[in-house]
Amino acid sequence: MAKDLDINVHHLTRVEGHGNIVVRAADGTVEKCVLEIVETPRVFESMIEGLNWSDTSLLTCRICGICSVGHTLASIQATDNAFGTEITEASYVMRQIMCMAEQMQSHTLHVYFLAAPDAFDAPSVIPLAGSHPEVVKRALKLKKLANTICDVLCGRHIHPISLRPGGFTYLPSKRALVGLKQTILDCYEDIEATVETIASVADKFPGFEREREDISLTHPDEYAFYNGRIKSSKAGEIDTADYEQFIKEKCVKHSTSKHAYNVDESFAVGALARFNNNADQLNEQGKAAAEALGLTAPCYNPFANNFAQTVEIVHCYHEALKWLDKLIAMDLSEADVTPNVVPRAGRGIGVTEVPRGMLVHDYTYDDAGVCTQANCIIPTGMNLGNIDRDMQTYVPSVIDQRSQDEIAHDLEMMVRAYDPCISCSVHLLNVEWV
Amino acid sequence: MAEKPKLKVSFHDFTSCEGCQLQFLNCEDELLDILGHVEIVQFREAIDDKSDEYDIAFIEGAFTRESDRARLEHIRKCAKVVIAFGACACTGGLNVLKNYRGVKEAMRTVYGDQADWYETSVALPVEAAIKVDYKIHGCPVPKQEILEVVKSVVAGRTPRIPDYPVCVECKLKENACLFHKGQYCLGPIARAGCGAWCPSYGGRCYACRGLISDPNNNAAKDVLEEFGLTVEDIMQEFRLFNGVYDVAQPPDNAHVKSC
Ligand code: SF4
Ligand code: SF4
Ligand code: SF4
Repeated sequence: MAKDLDINVHHLTRVEGHGNIVVRAADGTVEKCVLEIVETPRVFESMIEGLNWSDTSLLTCRICGICSVGHTLASIQATDNAFGTEITEASYVMRQIMCMAEQMQSHTLHVYFLAAPDAFDAPSVIPLAGSHPEVVKRALKLKKLANTICDVLCGRHIHPISLRPGGFTYLPSKRALVGLKQTILDCYEDIEATVETIASVADKFPGFEREREDISLTHPDEYAFYNGRIKSSKAGEIDTADYEQFIKEKCVKHSTSKHAYNVDESFAVGALARFNNNADQLNEQGKAAAEALGLTAPCYNPFANNFAQTVEIVHCYHEALKWLDKLIAMDLSEADVTPNVVPRAGRGIGVTEVPRGMLVHDYTYDDAGVCTQANCIIPTGMNLGNIDRDMQTYVPSVIDQRSQDEIAHDLEMMVRAYDPCISCSVHLLNVEWV
Repeated sequence: MAEKPKLKVSFHDFTSCEGCQLQFLNCEDELLDILGHVEIVQFREAIDDKSDEYDIAFIEGAFTRESDRARLEHIRKCAKVVIAFGACACTGGLNVLKNYRGVKEAMRTVYGDQADWYETSVALPVEAAIKVDYKIHGCPVPKQEILEVVKSVVAGRTPRIPDYPVCVECKLKENACLFHKGQYCLGPIARAGCGAWCPSYGGRCYACRGLISDPNNNAAKDVLEEFGLTVEDIMQEFRLFNGVYDVAQPPDNAHVKSC
């Protein structure tokens, strides 16, 4: 039966930032199907320019409260690269641990608070506290774990304090590190239980696939998060310095965030893209989690991003423990992490994986260490084109079987599965001066 | 005895990083307890429900476009108590930096020729649009202050917000003063309440919680004296978080207003 649709989900809930889903179909033909991004422009790049190197990461971590550790990691790598600063082994290990904590924190928040209510048919995590109290308590415990790791290593999770270009301004005591290890070990069963919970609701997520291009970092020795080279599933690998070869951007009217494209009209970044590109390098526990969830690479179902995030929670948990053991064995003094930064003129690029995908910070400094040009490319911005295309493929495939309300609900779930962070995606991206 | 009806609480975000809302969710140990006393009826970041019936509205984010004014006025009308939540809402936070660049120029840097497609204007505190009853300062807001304000409002008393400099808390923690290491710190004039968060982790205080009232009289004079500084010296550093204060006005005001 040919059908009309008029869907307008205004101010989508359970995502960070403001977006609307708009679908119009007449006589069974989809005329319009987009995610409108209505977040206020925040113009961060123009604010970075003119800042001293010691302030750039203090500003850019405020692009996003949820990924502020990730923004800091990309920012300080860019500054380190610009000045040719070498960091010590200890600082490197501490950055790695923070990077793991960041993925765990954000994925836990997303899987339990933002996505799971869909699977449990609840409007939010709050009613779940009544119906599934153990699930909510576990979610809070795991979220707190990641916060505690950041509190111990850099003062706080939102807008980290001691995580700075060149190193750390504070070294936690050995006692604090040993205590932290115990706190992590205390969550062992909660990590296992997370996989079971998500596996038990796996069939609630629709089985839809659309072949796509996946872009992520890749690293010869590990499942890449902190650093590496850029890999496209369709175009091979390039150095991070050449990121503009793979990430091309354009303004579109329905979005204050720019859209990105490469080989295809759009590409995907994020947990599922990383999994598709690097699944072989997961640790053994991560691989077991993937098996339990029935996730194999490559997987082109956008809803499966929730599963890839669950796999990464497990992987990162065990990596964090491994790095922490290494740090504890090091016997450090403050001098081992103290930043030693000598500014010089130059351009530096920092690319890191944040929970939602690859993040690029690109700064140019003058010889006094003042930033003269800045470009930040945010993962949600890279995913927006792909989200539109997934929705445009999905709607015609179900328009005859599902009601308007069901389709609206599916689309909300689909957008949410990407875990979009709209507040941080509106601005940024390279401007094509035409 | 009949149970007192729970106060209804809502969260609203404007131009922000949403870090302050997350900081609320980060009160993991207290969250279930808080939910025993108040009912959250609007929290777009975490729940689907939307209701216009609320007693306490937390507003996060700066006021940066005229079209948001009506939304703010609506919240004011619905809520008995409006709380400016975090630096962005209290002072405009670091969004104010764009005012110095000139808003049009800032938009051009980011969007190029397509800048006109999108609406924005100077970044201002929420108070520029509506009356605010309480402010929770900080970027992000400290958890202890969220809890103090929630408890106070529920109990019907005025929250206790410190009005003395960060140095006081810093000394209690016995931190080595950053001026000793040749670094700058706004601690002598910045509002305490964060437990001298940054200096305790080797970072300088940049007064994300704003100024103490009347810094000329209330600054940590002993610290200033020890290092031969004046209040004015320190104010120079102030712009990063506190662009709305007179002392940090941009050199070319006319430029900003014309946008
Ligand atoms: S005050 Fe800071 S932490 Fe809070 S929303 Fe604004 S930028 Fe984010
Ligand atoms: S100036 Fe800064 S470091 Fe020194 S005592 Fe005051 S707050 Fe602490
Ligand atoms: S020390 Fe200063 S900058 Fe840091 S949280 Fe406190 S007031 Fe804000």
